[in-house]
Amino acid sequence: MIISPENFQLLLQGLGTTIMIAVIAGIGSILVGVFVTTARVGPIPVLRGAAFAYVQFFINVPLLALLILAVFALPAAGFILPLVPTVTIVLIVYEAAYVAEALRSGVNTVAKGEIEAARALGLTLVQSLRHVIVPQSFRAVVQPIGNVMIALAMNTALAAVVGVLELTSRVNSVNLVYAQPILFYTSAGLVYMAIALVIGVSTGWVERKVAIVR
Amino acid sequence: MSFIYDQPGPRGRRNILIGSVLSVMAIAGVVALALWQFGSHGQLAPEVWAPFTQWAIWKYLLTGLVGTLEVAGIVAVLGSVIGVFLALGRLSHFRPTRWFCTAYIEVARTVPVLLLIYLMLFGLPQLGINVPVLWKLAIPLVFSNSAVFAEIVRAGIKSLPKGQSEAALSLGMSSWQTMFHVVLPQALRNIAPSLLSQFVSLLKDTTLGYIVAFTELLYRGQLLTSYLHQLIPTYIVITLIYLVVSGSLTAIASRLQRRPRRKAAPPTDPLKAPTMGHSAAAIH
Repeated sequence: MIISPENFQLLLQGLGTTIMIAVIAGIGSILVGVFVTTARVGPIPVLRGAAFAYVQFFINVPLLALLILAVFALPAAGFILPLVPTVTIVLIVYEAAYVAEALRSGVNTVAKGEIEAARALGLTLVQSLRHVIVPQSFRAVVQPIGNVMIALAMNTALAAVVGVLELTSRVNSVNLVYAQPILFYTSAGLVYMAIALVIGVSTGWVERKVAIVR
Repeated sequence: MSFIYDQPGPRGRRNILIGSVLSVMAIAGVVALALWQFGSHGQLAPEVWAPFTQWAIWKYLLTGLVGTLEVAGIVAVLGSVIGVFLALGRLSHFRPTRWFCTAYIEVARTVPVLLLIYLMLFGLPQLGINVPVLWKLAIPLVFSNSAVFAEIVRAGIKSLPKGQSEAALSLGMSSWQTMFHVVLPQALRNIAPSLLSQFVSLLKDTTLGYIVAFTELLYRGQLLTSYLHQLIPTYIVITLIYLVVSGSLTAIASRLQRRPRRKAAPPTDPLKAPTMGHSAAAIH
């Protein structure tokens, strides 16, 4: 079986959309996640509560329900954006909760004594974050963040359900022409595995780069 | 409480107060804007939300919730049993078993469940295999969740102090006895919170029933919108039901995590005979 060039191009476009959504949502969710974590460990009680509520909400609500709510329902209330930005924003706010959880557990890995020692030396909150807490927790969170990014790449497939023409959706429509579902879906699965592998290998590389040899 | 910063002094307290007031104002502003936006499009009108005061509507949705819990239960049982065996296989000394289980876990963890569901929907009928709609949803979920359960169980087994299995082996237990009577029971108790969190995640994944047209909560919600023609209230109510159900499970999981491990004799006092089986759990 030979795939015609047009259909092959459709598949490549789909892959491009998947990668674009994954990269933008990945960067965005890390930025939002850092912000939420800052609010969650900071001294302002209101922000701590709000950040906790944010994380709990998105960790306990299905992504597909949020996508459908944002794409099909919210336009009725006048929240209208093009499809791909809408899906990307939903992915950002959803995965940011998982990033925030990973970051918080990273902060918790820094030994209490280290933070107390920093305070005893007279470091301010910003100084102890800058020189003691963030450098150490960053090393501990590389792997968990990588896992969140892999989950995000898998979750971009759900965009197909709300009509984004990304890889899964393109595979689905091209399959209608050739009627070779097993071949097509298995190959698409291999592409997703390759994406996950790239993320996994690069987080492994970063982790080795920043590791402290004690 | 947090120990990142000192007890705030008078200036610190003033800054915290200013920060609190500003953030309350910002949050209230965002909420007010959103409500205004909803209101100006008539989404806050009582008649829009009125259907959700009727028991019939709730009954319709709760039937969907029962379907959700049913699939989630099936996937949890099958997935965790298969997961335990995959974990044992990945830790096996017999190379082919180890390779097979490792390959299965790595594949199943990195393929979107949606693709597997499409494979079930369009691929298997081509081979002449047709399964009931429940299994079109459950089989892909079991496939991917068993791999995640396997990794959790493996982490639990590996984090157990080595002395436990060494002690069991030195007492003359076979390696199977060691695994099933000594290592696994302790490992499973330690990983209970992670297992529960994974259950929440698979409960969320059952929303894929929306695609295979299985009677679960999100699919029921979609059917309801075509009857009520009120998308916003319906999907908000659906989202909140998910929030309540998985939120309470998450709360249990974090309570389990915070609960002190089984009491054991303090390691500094060798005279008090420790209760044998559980002492290692305390060390972990």
